[in-house]
Amino acid sequence: MDTTQPAAVALDDATVAFRLADSRVYTAVEQARLTVEHGEFVAIVGPTGCGKSTLLNVAAGLLKPAAGAVRIFGQPLAGLNKEAGYLFQADALFPWKTALDNVAIGLEIKGAPRALALERAQGWLTSVGLAAFAGRYPHMLSGGQRKRVGLAQVLIRDPKILLMDEPFGPLDAQTRQIMGNLLLELWNADRKAVLFVTHDLEEAIALGDRVVIMSAGPRARIIGDWKVPLPRPRDISEVRMEKDFHALHREIWGVLKDEVMKGYAQSSQAPAEVA
Amino acid sequence: MMSRSALLLCQLLVAVMFFGSWQFFATVPIFGHTVLPPFFFSTPVDVFNRIVKWLVEGSIWRHLLITLTEASLAFVIGSLSGTLIGFWFARQQTIAAIFDPYVKMMNALPRVVLAPIFALWLGLGIWSKVALGVTLVFFVVFFNVYQGVKEANATLVDNARMLGMSERQLLRHVYWPSALSWMFSSLHTSVGFAVVGAVVGEYLGSAAGLGYLIQQAEGVFDVAGVFAGMIVLAIFVVAIDFVVTKVENRLLVWRPNAGEGRV
Repeated sequence: MDTTQPAAVALDDATVAFRLADSRVYTAVEQARLTVEHGEFVAIVGPTGCGKSTLLNVAAGLLKPAAGAVRIFGQPLAGLNKEAGYLFQADALFPWKTALDNVAIGLEIKGAPRALALERAQGWLTSVGLAAFAGRYPHMLSGGQRKRVGLAQVLIRDPKILLMDEPFGPLDAQTRQIMGNLLLELWNADRKAVLFVTHDLEEAIALGDRVVIMSAGPRARIIGDWKVPLPRPRDISEVRMEKDFHALHREIWGVLKDEVMKGYAQSSQAPAEVA
Repeated sequence: MMSRSALLLCQLLVAVMFFGSWQFFATVPIFGHTVLPPFFFSTPVDVFNRIVKWLVEGSIWRHLLITLTEASLAFVIGSLSGTLIGFWFARQQTIAAIFDPYVKMMNALPRVVLAPIFALWLGLGIWSKVALGVTLVFFVVFFNVYQGVKEANATLVDNARMLGMSERQLLRHVYWPSALSWMFSSLHTSVGFAVVGAVVGEYLGSAAGLGYLIQQAEGVFDVAGVFAGMIVLAIFVVAIDFVVTKVENRLLVWRPNAGEGRV
């Protein structure tokens, strides 16, 4: 990764607040300071409801921080982040388009001729292992296959930054590992800057160059930042057996555990703390 | 579930039982007393003969064609305007808020009371029936499309924006397809309402159509004619529904439960 250029994504003390229905203000994330360098894979881990997705939406420009700033390659972010591709947690494929059309749309929006877009889309479907499923509609695909189409849909636009919001959350354990390896393989080809949100610490360590830990919300903060000393290329299922992996896991879990318990306690009692 | 042929057999049996007992109670006196006097109830045989007579003479086709024309026009005009206005209101919340009480008022009005007005304005020809059908179809489609577009999947819209869609591309690739899918999901109801509008309109004042046929028969206490008209109407509606189902499966292949499903 290259740290001489301005960071791909930089959050400078970003605070995110929502106005509740009764006009009180709910502070989801407070003074988050985070950078993702060129070609760096950063994984964010935190307890449920801590505002991980909120932070990602800020980086995407879908949410404006109440205070603080967002810079993309050194430029302050205004409006949507045009450099970023976003893979959502929920299914976000167009249900009325086939897998092929869902992937091709990314290029067609940019004004690429349809024939070219379809050809490139077929290529991307092959890269994610779905060459034979081009004519299927999303509801005819399994959850894992839909995620693959989603990945191809985002990557065909060749964004410089990849934002991923628990993309493999709803998948079963085996499919998650396969998808993780696929992601690393595709990422290894051109090393985009990645901001990857997950609740799974093992997944974060196995995938990331850095693991960032958030405290339990509300007023969630970034409370830890670890470099992952594991060599690349990695295989997700094998890397979990390594000593360094276990040592790092134990170290981070020591911090994360308390927050998870706090987050759990908070989510099991309804009223939120308000400012 | 039973097999297809067994199911068909049972369905047929219901019809045989129904018409059999109707024929029996209408023709065989029980203790010197006819349970279903033919003057009020006619008999299945008479009704059947009447339908055959209509078909042989060919007089029924003209009436069917007229009712079909009215229903089709009502359906096309009603769903087109319902989709467009529903779409427009969903995208322009201020307009929707201004017109909200009037839309509710119009929808609460029993449409039958409009029939005499339409007959006055548009005459006794097909257009007064079309207008009645349109007022029924419009609201079904309008509310469906309005809700559908307003509640268009937020993640889908976010994804489309992140993929770089402009407002115009959003309209074309997200809002419009979702509006159409909501329009299609109300297809059965709106086609049914189009037929209701046509037949009720004919019944209340016209010179042709199935509603007219039934109304004429009723006017001269021709009970066989009334039942014959009802049965033709029922078969007509089932046939239309069959066509609608075919069209729906064709247009909504991307929908779960339509077409093949996950393999």
